[in-house]
Formats: sequence, C-alpha cells, structure tokens
Amino acid sequence: MTQDEVKKVVLDIIADIAPDEDLSQLKSDVRLRDQMQLDSMDFLDIVMELRKRHGIEVPEADYLKLATLDSCGEYLAPKFAALSSKS
Amino acid sequence: MSLPRIVITGVGLTAPNGNSLAEYRGNLLSGVARISRTEIRYMGPLLAGVCNFDPLRYQKKKELRVGTRAGSIGIYCAREALADAGLSAEQLVKDRTGVFVGITEHGNVETENEIYAISKFGYDTKFWSHYHNPRTVANNPAGEISLSLGTTGPAYTIGAACAAGNMGLIHAAQLLRLGEVDFAVCGGVSESIHTFGIYAGFKSQNALAHHEDPNRASRPFDKARNGIVISEGGALYTLERFDDALRRGAKIYAEIAGYCVNSDASDYVLPNPTRQAECVRSALSRSGLRAQDIHIVSTHATATPMGDIQECEAIRSVFGEGCPETWINNTKSFIGHAMGAAGALELAGNLPSFNDLIVHPTINVDELDPQCALPGLVINQPRKVERVDTILNNSFGMLGINSTLIVRRFLG
Repeated sequence: MTQDEVKKVVLDIIADIAPDEDLSQLKSDVRLRDQMQLDSMDFLDIVMELRKRHGIEVPEADYLKLATLDSCGEYLAPKFAALSSKS
Repeated sequence: MSLPRIVITGVGLTAPNGNSLAEYRGNLLSGVARISRTEIRYMGPLLAGVCNFDPLRYQKKKELRVGTRAGSIGIYCAREALADAGLSAEQLVKDRTGVFVGITEHGNVETENEIYAISKFGYDTKFWSHYHNPRTVANNPAGEISLSLGTTGPAYTIGAACAAGNMGLIHAAQLLRLGEVDFAVCGGVSESIHTFGIYAGFKSQNALAHHEDPNRASRPFDKARNGIVISEGGALYTLERFDDALRRGAKIYAEIAGYCVNSDASDYVLPNPTRQAECVRSALSRSGLRAQDIHIVSTHATATPMGDIQECEAIRSVFGEGCPETWINNTKSFIGHAMGAAGALELAGNLPSFNDLIVHPTINVDELDPQCALPGLVINQPRKVERVDTILNNSFGMLGINSTLIVRRFLG
C-alpha cells in the first residue's frame, strides 16, 4: 500500500469518527487537531479502527506519529507493507 | 412549615406514538397504539415500542456516535421541554439549573454491544471501546443533557426501576423547595428495547407479552393479558417555583400537589398491594386531599396477570365505591412499558385533561378481568367528564419501590 493509499485509509476512518466535518479541504501537512474538532477520545478511535479494520497496532509511544495525514502515511505504510508480506 | 409551591411549565417527550405532547395526546384520544415487531439480538423478532423522533434535531452526528440512546432521548426531551417552557438553553442560569432523570437501568445496552463487538475478535478485550465507561456510568443520560444544555448545576439520574419517571419529578420538586436549584429539567427516560437482557429476563420470568397484532399486545386489565411490551421513550418537564414562573409569565400546566415514595421490603419482583395503598394514601394525605378529590388515577399496571390484580387491589382499598368522580386509566395499553420513562410519559398523557376534560381510556380490553373491574375504569373509549382538578400518577418498580405523584390543576 502506497503512502497515498494509507492516507485514504486514515481519511475514511476520520470520516466515520467525525461525520459532521468537511474533510475536503484537509491539508496533509498540517496537524489534524489544528484543522478539525478532534479530541483525545477521537484520536483513540483512529487507533482502534486501524486495529479493528486492518489489524494495525499503534503503540502509545507512537501516537504523535499520527499527527498529520503525511506523518500517518510515512508511519503506517511500512506497517501495512509488513502486514501484507505476512499474509 | 410553608414550602414553596412547585409548578410544571414545560413538557418534552418522545413516545412510540408521538414526539410531542399534542401528537401523543391526540393518539391517546383516538385509540392509536404504536407497537412494532423488532429484531432483538439472539432472540429474533419481538414486540417493542420504538420512538421515531429525529435525533439530529438537537445533536450532531458525532454526538450520536459517541453518546447513548438514553442520552439522545434525554436531549430531545429536554430541548423540547425548554422550548415548550418558552426558554432557550442560553437563557438558563447555568449553575442554578438541575437535571434529574429517572432511569430503570443504564449500561446494559452498551455493555451488551461491546461484548457482541469483541465476540467478533475472539473476545480479545483490546477491541473493547474506550467509550464504554462514559456511556455506561449511571449518570450518563443526565450528563449528556447537561453537556447539550451547558448547564453546570447538579445533573444526575435516579435509579428507581419502573417507579423512576415519577421520581425524577419528585426529586426535582424537593431540590427546588430546598433552594438547591432554581430551575429543573426532570422526568424519566428509557433505552431498554436495545438490551436483549431485559427481554430475556422478562421472557424467563414468563412476563413478556405476545400477540399476533403488536398494537393489541399490551392489554392491562384484560382477561387475556399475558405480559409486558417493552418500550423506549422519555418525558422531561421543566419545573419551577411558582413565584419564579409567575414572575416570568410562564405557561403553567399543573402544580405539584404531593407525592410519596415508599418500599415494599417484601420481594424482589412481586408487588405488595398493602405498601402500594400506603404510598397512595400518604401522597393523598401530604397533598391535603381525600380519595374522592382525585379525578384521574393513572395506573402503573403493566399487563402482567398478577401485577394488575394487585394494583387494582391497592386502588380498590383506597378509592373503593365512594369516589363517583374518580376515573381510572392506563397508558401502557397504547405505548407499552417505557420503563424509566413510564411514569413521566403516563403523567404527560393525562395532563391535557385539565383543559379538555377528557379522560383517555385504557385500550385493548376485550373482556375485563373481573378482578380488575374497578369502578370508574375508562375502557376503550375516551370519556368526557365534568371535572378534572387532580391527577394521581402511580409508578411502581422491582425491589419494591413505589411512587405516587399527585398534580392539581393550576388555580393561581
């Protein structure tokens, strides 16, 4: 999965957990929390949905790596790659 | 000691057959029940009273995703009650407003949902939602209302089984009288149709109603009654001290005349007619009223074979034959048993009688059980009467909690 594909996965999750938000103008290099209403419980939702939908684990120490869509792509792409190589 | 008079100034509700007092009352007078067959997890299609209010009227999609059904029902009812009272949330004195919500139970729905969800992941608890605790704490419905309204006074639930709807009002009246709050949003809510556990429990108890026609299933006092139809719903009121209501020119629905809450101390589930009668008598005494002064008795009867007989025994012992102007009815025959909301919804269904002098009936009585043949029972058709100055509302619950609330026509 490319970084852009990973970003789409994260965006799909965000669309579900923040259904009132307009995500069309989201900038991929700006912190998500600075662009939309996203509290710590919502953030845990992203982590939970990555786990449920894709089997991806994000340890607490790495949460900051999900700050922007770009950083999500960089951080998660290798995890998705590792997962697909296993399967 | 002279206590401040407490009045009802707003009503907001959702019932299976109405999302406003006008719609609900209209259906109670037209004989329109609305019970459906709905899929209950693990059990299949069963009867339920389902509410169809629009939750997005007062909540965002995200709030619906994060919160509970009970919270959503509470927010809808609270906002509707405020609007009916001619107030916006912004006009409330935030720290002097209390929210008191009666509940039969809370947390079953979310707990069952989470267990079901993790069953898809081999019961691995790392898939358990981080929202579980805020959703299942017992104060959840009241807390969601305070979040919605932005009120900072006391906001909590009152767990009182199926006596809870009355208890919300009673508790609010007490705190208004004590001066702990100046304005209260109060009543009861229920989300119980979303928990299979409540259904399975009643089923195991042989207390779950069944009938080919869902709208004929809830039939208190009928000889062929066979149990409870479980419903969701809510009714919340705005309560104020009379002087405050007068000062702001509020519309006044009724005045709280008196109440009583007592306990059977006799069984986990079986009612106790002696204690029920004591509760009613005490409420009368505290209201300064005699039995013959009551014009409507809104019964709790849930259509279980034994429970209805026992409540009738209690009512007969208090009202007997010497109350020619006392009319008796039941709202569950239309909407099923709305659990924590039942008492609050049943009072609401009768409040308009102060103005239209019509007593709504109990429906679905094809053959009246002789043991439930109370004098003054209004059956199947509404009854126009000469006077409605007082309404006595009974709500009883498991573990033997009884509540009776009496309201009187506002006379100034």
